[in-house]
Amino acid sequence: MTVAIREKAPDFTLPDTEGREHSLQQGEVAAVVFTCNHCPYALAWHDRILQVARDYDDVRFFAINPNDADRYPGDSFDAMRERVERDGGWPLPYLRDESQEVARAYGAKTTPHVFVIDADGAVRYAGAPDADHRDPGLEAAWLREALDAVLAGEEPARAETEPVGCSVKWRQ
Amino acid sequence: MRVEFLWWDGCPSHPEALAELHEVLRSEGFDPDVVERREIETDEQAARERFPGSPTILIDGEDVIPHDDGEPFSLTCRVYRLRDGSYSATPDPDDVRDAVRRAKENR
Repeated sequence: MTVAIREKAPDFTLPDTEGREHSLQQGEVAAVVFTCNHCPYALAWHDRILQVARDYDDVRFFAINPNDADRYPGDSFDAMRERVERDGGWPLPYLRDESQEVARAYGAKTTPHVFVIDADGAVRYAGAPDADHRDPGLEAAWLREALDAVLAGEEPARAETEPVGCSVKWRQ
Repeated sequence: MRVEFLWWDGCPSHPEALAELHEVLRSEGFDPDVVERREIETDEQAARERFPGSPTILIDGEDVIPHDDGEPFSLTCRVYRLRDGSYSATPDPDDVRDAVRRAKENR
């Protein structure tokens, strides 16, 4: 079950593609995006999400890949590293959730599945980046709207939307 | 003309892709009911049917978007590129239209 709005966001410590560990920090607004390498929805929304990360330098962003790499080798840690290198680096760390415990704790359903967390560590938005993976012009508007509200100390107009994408590939 | 639509329920793109396929067929003068829908439910079936991901559209046995030889056959969402280069979970309707027209010409 997806972590409820206003519930405490599950903490985590996960390695990025260069081996550095990352965690949520108290007192900082954060965006956690469950994503992966092989899913067309994640790929279609990828540039929009990266642009949001570039535009909000007062927010800490995390991309987390939880997929079972045995069944989906395109989501292996090596493949993640290669992708970030090929792109010349990302403006947010790309983290590996090998045990899938973090994805389970958040109740991530799809890639992508976006969570916005306020400075007190509470989840304030969960869902899709915007309304249509095929329309880059939407610019991840739902994610931006939630970040703007949380940064202004207000309630996001949309606290939850239906996540759309490939199902998280759980180990069997 | 034989039109097959292969899909996996774990990927949410198939209703949109099927609706766009129906629209292309209609606009090219074909009855959309010619589409044979086949659900792929297991990795074994995916391998047997040479299913590179959902959705996959075959016209007279040919994939409307040829897939890479190295691409594994499995239960997954298929990655397409639209004509503007962007990623999509469904094929570009213009690519489907071109495939229908090629099949028409070859009849």
